[in-house]
Amino acid sequence: MKKDVLLCGVGGQGTVLASKLIAAAAMAEGNTVHSAETIGMAQRGGSVTSHIRIGEEIGSPLIPFGQADIMIAFEPAEAVRNLGYLKPDGIVIVNTVPVRPTTESLHPTGYDGVEMVEYLKKKATCITVNANELCAPLGSSKFFNVAVLGVLAASGRLDIDGETVKKEIMKRVPERFVESNLKAFEIGGTYACN
Amino acid sequence: MSREYVMGNGAIALGALVAGVNVVAGYPGTPSSEIIETISKYPHEGVHLEWSVNEKAAMEVAAAAAYSGARVLVTMKQVGLNVAADPLMSLAYVGVKGGMVIVSADDPGPISSQTEQDTRAFAEFCRIPVFDPASPEEAYQMIGDAFEYSEKYKTPVLFRPTTRVCHAYASIDVADHYEAKKYEGFVKDSSRWVIFPRLSLTNHKMIEARNPEIGKDFSGYRYNSSNHATSQKAVFASGVSYAYVYEFLKDYPEVKLVKIGTPYPFPEDFVRKELEGVREVLCVEELSPYVENQLYRLFGLHHLDVKIFGKRSGHVPGAGENSADSVARILTEYLGLENKKSAMDLSDAPTIPVRPPVLCAGCPHRASFYAVKQAMKGQKAYFCGDIGCYTLGNAMPLDMVDTCLCMGAGITMAQGFHWVDKEAKTFAFVGDSTFFASGMTGVVNALYNGADMTLCVLDNSTTAMTGHQPHPGTGRNMMGNIVDKIDIVKVLEGMGVARIHVVDPLKLEEAVAAVRECAKTPGVKAIIFKSPCVAITKPAGKACINDSCINCKKCINEIGCPALIIENDKVAIDPALCTGCGLCSRICPVGAIESTKSSGNSSKGGR
Repeated sequence: MKKDVLLCGVGGQGTVLASKLIAAAAMAEGNTVHSAETIGMAQRGGSVTSHIRIGEEIGSPLIPFGQADIMIAFEPAEAVRNLGYLKPDGIVIVNTVPVRPTTESLHPTGYDGVEMVEYLKKKATCITVNANELCAPLGSSKFFNVAVLGVLAASGRLDIDGETVKKEIMKRVPERFVESNLKAFEIGGTYACN
Repeated sequence: MSREYVMGNGAIALGALVAGVNVVAGYPGTPSSEIIETISKYPHEGVHLEWSVNEKAAMEVAAAAAYSGARVLVTMKQVGLNVAADPLMSLAYVGVKGGMVIVSADDPGPISSQTEQDTRAFAEFCRIPVFDPASPEEAYQMIGDAFEYSEKYKTPVLFRPTTRVCHAYASIDVADHYEAKKYEGFVKDSSRWVIFPRLSLTNHKMIEARNPEIGKDFSGYRYNSSNHATSQKAVFASGVSYAYVYEFLKDYPEVKLVKIGTPYPFPEDFVRKELEGVREVLCVEELSPYVENQLYRLFGLHHLDVKIFGKRSGHVPGAGENSADSVARILTEYLGLENKKSAMDLSDAPTIPVRPPVLCAGCPHRASFYAVKQAMKGQKAYFCGDIGCYTLGNAMPLDMVDTCLCMGAGITMAQGFHWVDKEAKTFAFVGDSTFFASGMTGVVNALYNGADMTLCVLDNSTTAMTGHQPHPGTGRNMMGNIVDKIDIVKVLEGMGVARIHVVDPLKLEEAVAAVRECAKTPGVKAIIFKSPCVAITKPAGKACINDSCINCKKCINEIGCPALIIENDKVAIDPALCTGCGLCSRICPVGAIESTKSSGNSSKGGR
């Protein structure tokens, strides 16, 4: 398999765990994987990305523009910011709930994500997910990072078995959070089917 | 062998363990911090591991161990090398017995640094070899090589990954068994280990004769490599830029691609051989035009008629980081290729909101800055910042960082402002880790020279920005030992700071009163704002807004906490972000913000 997956969002949304789980699951199925993360000052509420590159013979740790097969966007404006990475026939899985920058409270521009989602739909194949609705049964939208992997698995765009992802959740998530994260993964899968 | 999926920094750590490293010392700094953290998580019996108080201390601890024949690894970010430059410059003359590898991680962009300095150039300045890995896999192998070369030539060597290598992940096959090297121990010999002008001269002559020999040796080194194509146009690359070029040129195997893994001493013989038949060279690298300059020198020395394209010619940007995309554009132009347009046209995209990093919701630094701001309202004052999360205190609406230069500089700069403007009150904000790293001497300077300033120590009991490393004030060290906490108050008392307040910044009224009192008092005063980092503490509770809110937005306009948002044109609290710190409820003029306490307030104990 050769796939490039880009995750993007805002520092604090849990993109790093989601990226590690995808990479681990792809490796568990025998693939060679490379990835790269944003770490450091940007984690304090700035824009963050994770690049995951699955397949042999890859040079750059970062996905070149126009080459990502899948973009998982945790925030609509971040999806647009990184859209250049997507292949013309790539797919975007996007959370429609905006994260408003702090500057938005001080100097409101009316940013609500709607225009971004409309633009994404115009430009690419999209699976739109409302993280608040999706995660309502879990009590916190913080589980979106794992729930969205359920959406990804069910989309059939990444050739990785859902059971493999679940095994990696059990291995990599602190014990007391395993159950809720497995539930989040299941919920994501069901959502995608509806 | 076991297969591990690790970050580049993890690969460096594992490579050092497999090479039998005995002593590892460093100071946290993005993008280098995870090297020491990885070593602490893997078996490391017989290895002394420490977060030193700063990079200079780390270099000196390691130097003595290397004099004794031990293998040592020193880690830091590139600006840390400036702090450690004093011991390193001398160490380059003295040399070592055991292998000494100094990792200095460069940060093109810069992504989380003050400068875009280039460790390769620093190596030449020190006259010591430097290794430049292009990927985590290569870094893992190269670290072992670096130890071998260090011992072969009895010299410390630099190892410089960049952010995209440090923070890239790859699978590494790690040996299951490794053990720390057996070493002889220190053998006294003052003619070798005591630096005097005479020894320096002798060794300088030796070094200048030796380095061309190392360059010859490097000409056969496995990571100075070529694809052996025979084109007239060649591409030279180093570091992660090589990876970008390599990926692009996979479709053009006829183009000659040369990788420089050891920029200094430059592998001249290897390069001259590769240049046979070449008429033009493009250098793709980040930071300084280092390889490019080496080629200019080489072509000048040997009167070679080869054109060079790169940073000097404007083909490669002189500043900032390269990317797969920027390199693709550069190569397309250089090779005269047809523009492959695969990315979509986004010129019609809506305006994307900017998202500058901010202090976390509930961060106690916000309260500390706000207390000083309130207390000094209407008075002339200068606020000197420093390096850490609290540099973000510069953002609106706090706007409380007038200067930020380098580690510890805020304390001494506050004194400089006092000497040129005695009307103004001067404040220095410094974190607890930075205070120990390079703040203490600045306080002594203020006391000795009779300056007037208020030191504000923002004590959150951790090194937050780089990932919550322990430091001398936390009572834990990297050997897993519980040690006596070094008490900042006692340190300041011992120096002779007469007026020291310890306040909880979240108790706003008390904090403001302490600042007012200090501003009125002449001399050197200190306020320790003590409150734990919210990123590693359980939230105290949640704030909520009741019906009496008049929507004046004072809370938002005064403190700019990310948890304060506008929803349906009304001020609201984002429950996912709020930690219940209560600062906003103290600012609300009508008492509309209430805080509910959650049960217990214990530390989560790390991430």
